[in-house]
Amino acid sequence: MSVNTAAMTEKVDWRKYFTWNTDHKVIGIQYLVTTFFFFIVGGALAMLVRTELGQPGTDLLDGVEYNRFLTNHGSVMIFLWIIPVLAGFGNYLIPLMIGARDMAFPNLNALSFWLIPPAGVLMIASFFVGSAESGWTAYVPLSVTAPLGQTLWAVSVIILGVSSLLGAINFVTTTLTMRAEGMGFWDLPLFVWGMLATALMILVATPMLTAGLILIALDRVAGTLFFDVAAGGDPVFWQNIFWFYSHPAVYIMILPGMGIISEIFPVFSRKPIFGYKAIAISSMAISVLGLTVWAHHMFTSGMNPALRIPYMITSMIIAVPTGIKIFSWLGTIWDGKLRFTTPMLFALGFISMFLIGGITGIFLASIPVDLHVHDTYFVVAHLHFVLFGGSVSAVYAGLYYWFPKITGRKYDERLGKVHFWMNFIGTNLSYLPMFLAGLLGMPRRVVDYAPEFTGVNQLATVGAYLLGLSTLPFLYNAIVSWARGPRAESNPWRALTLEWTTSSPPPEHNFDERPVMKIWPYSYGEVEVESEATGPVASAGD
Amino acid sequence: MESNAALHKQEFKAGHQLGLDHKKLGMWLFLSSEVMFFGGLISAFLHFKINTPSPAESALLDVALIGVNTFILLTSSFTVVLGLAAIQRGNSRALAGYLGLTILLGAVFLTGQVYEFKMLYQEGMTLQSSVYGSSFYTLTGFHGLHVLIGVVWAVFVLVNALRGRYAENEHGGVEIFGLYWHFVDIVWIVLFTIIYLV
Repeated sequence: MSVNTAAMTEKVDWRKYFTWNTDHKVIGIQYLVTTFFFFIVGGALAMLVRTELGQPGTDLLDGVEYNRFLTNHGSVMIFLWIIPVLAGFGNYLIPLMIGARDMAFPNLNALSFWLIPPAGVLMIASFFVGSAESGWTAYVPLSVTAPLGQTLWAVSVIILGVSSLLGAINFVTTTLTMRAEGMGFWDLPLFVWGMLATALMILVATPMLTAGLILIALDRVAGTLFFDVAAGGDPVFWQNIFWFYSHPAVYIMILPGMGIISEIFPVFSRKPIFGYKAIAISSMAISVLGLTVWAHHMFTSGMNPALRIPYMITSMIIAVPTGIKIFSWLGTIWDGKLRFTTPMLFALGFISMFLIGGITGIFLASIPVDLHVHDTYFVVAHLHFVLFGGSVSAVYAGLYYWFPKITGRKYDERLGKVHFWMNFIGTNLSYLPMFLAGLLGMPRRVVDYAPEFTGVNQLATVGAYLLGLSTLPFLYNAIVSWARGPRAESNPWRALTLEWTTSSPPPEHNFDERPVMKIWPYSYGEVEVESEATGPVASAGD
Repeated sequence: MESNAALHKQEFKAGHQLGLDHKKLGMWLFLSSEVMFFGGLISAFLHFKINTPSPAESALLDVALIGVNTFILLTSSFTVVLGLAAIQRGNSRALAGYLGLTILLGAVFLTGQVYEFKMLYQEGMTLQSSVYGSSFYTLTGFHGLHVLIGVVWAVFVLVNALRGRYAENEHGGVEIFGLYWHFVDIVWIVLFTIIYLV
C-alpha cells in the first residue's frame, strides 16, 4: 500500500514523453498516443472517401484526389496505426507481464519509437508534393509513374519497416532472456505468446517488403528497369514480393489482438483460459502457415493456374488454428461468471466481427469465388471486418483493460459502453452493405459508381460517420479520466498476470522486488486473488 | 543504490538458463532478417537472370578478378576469427593487429568492387542498360554497402581494442561484430556462386 500512495503522489512530468526516454512504459505511451493520432488522421481520410461515395458522380473529389485520399487512408491506417499501436502494447506490457525491469535493448527501443514520427511526417508531407496514389498495395506500374510523393511514401514505409524490425528483435530477445524466476514458456501470458509469434513473423516478412520498396524507389529515382515491361521488367514480381510481406502482415495485425482478447476473457469470465497450449501453439502455427499463402491475392494476376490450388489449400488450412482460438475463447466464457465491462464487450465484439472477416476470408481463398469477387467491395468488406471489427476492437479492448494500469485512473464505464455500441453498430453498418455491393459487382477503388449501388453506399457512409463520432466519447473519456478520474488500485480487475501485482501506474523500475512466478496466470477459480476493492482477500471464483 | 544500467545487466537470468546471451541473440535475430532482405534481392536477380537473360552483359563479368576478391573477403573472415582467439587468450595487441588486417582486406575488397563497376560501366553495362544490369548492381551494391558498414564498425572495434576495452572474458563486442562480418562473407559466397559461377 505504501508503494501505491508513493506512486499516487508522484507528479507526472508530461515533458518526458517528448524526449528520448528508454523506459519501456514511457515508450509504450509514446507509441499508443502517437499512433492514435494517426488513427484519427486515417479516419478523417476515410470519412472524406465515404462522403465522396455518398452518392454517384464525382462531387467532392475528382478521380486523382480520390486515389490519393484512399492511398493515404490505407497506408496511414496500416503502417502508422495498427502495426505500431500493437507494438505499443507490446512495449508497455511485455516487460511487466514477464516480470522484467525493462526491454532487453532500451536504447534500440527508443529508436524504434522515434523513427515513427519522421516517417509519419514524410507520409503526410507526400500529400503536398504530388501524393502517392497507387493504393497501399503500390502496384506497379502505377507506383512507378506516380508523382514525387510516391517516393516519399516508399521511404516512409521503409523507415516504418525498420522500426517494426527493431521492435521485433527487442520483443523476442526480451521474452527469451528476461522472464521472471519460475516463469517457463508454458507460463507466458497469451498476449506475450501472440507478440512472440508476431515478432518472428515481422523478422521474416518485413525485410522482403523493404527489398521490394527499394526496387520501386530505384526504378523511380535511379532509372532501373525492374518493373519496366518494355525492357523485360516484371510487375507480377512486385505482387509476389508485396504479398509475401503483406499477407503475413494481416497476421502481424491480428495476432497481438488475439493475445489481448485471450487476456480479457478469463478475467471477466472468472475461469481459467480454455486450451492455453492450443492457443499458444496456434499462434505459432499461424505465423508459420501465414508465410505460405501469399499468392491467393494473385489468382487473377495471370499466375500459373496449377499453382493456384496449393495456395488455396494453405490459405484454407489457416482457418484451423484460427478456429481453435475462437472455440477456445468460447470455451473460456462458456458457463463463466461474465462481467460485461467495456473491455469484455469489445472482446465479445471482436469475436463476432472477426468471425465474419475470417469466414469471408475462406470465401476469397476459394479460387472460383475469388475470380468472381476479386477487386470488388467484397474484398473491402472482408478486410475491414478483419482489421476494424477485429484488430481495432482488440486495440480498444486492450486500451480500456489496461487503462487503470497505465494511467493509475479509472475510466468512465458508462461512456465506455456508449463508445462500444456506437463502434459496434457503426462497424456493421459500414461494412456489411459492402459485401452486398461487392457481390452485385461494384468494383473497389473507383471514385464513381452505377446508380443502383446508391442504397448500400449510403448505408456504409452513415456507418462511417457513426464510427467517426464514436471516437469522441472515447477521447473525452480517456482525456478526462486520465486527468481527474478516480484513482485505480493496483489490481482493479482481480487479474493474475504479473503486471497487476505492481502499483498503478507502475514505478519506473516496474517492481519493488523482483517478481517470482508462483501462480499460473489463468488459475481463476482455483486460487484467491487479493483485491483492495473488495476487501483484503476475495476468491477469484466469485 | 545501484544504477539502473547496472541493475538492467542482472536481468537476463532466464536467458542464461537457456544458454542465451541477449546481445548475441539480438544479433542473430537481426541477421535472420538480413537473410530475408538479401533473399528478396537475390530472388529478383535470379528471376530476371533466368527469365530475361542478357548473355552479352553477363559475358562481361570478370570471374578471375572477382575470384581474387572473394578470396580476400574470405581471408578477412579468417583474420576476425584469429582476432577473437587472440583476445580469448587475453592478447589485446594481437586483436588490434588482426582487426587492422580485417579493415585492410575489407577495403581492398571494396576497391576491387568499385574497379569492377567502373570497368563494366565503360563496357556499357549500367543500372539502366537492362533488367540484368539493374538487378546486378542493386544486389552487389547492397552487399558492398554491408561490407562498408562492416569496415566502419571494425574501425570502432579497433579503437575499443586499442583503448583496452576488451579482455579475456570481456569480448562480446568483438564476437558480435564477428557474427555480422561472417554473415556478410557468407552472403558473398552465395552471390559469387549465383552471379559469377552459375
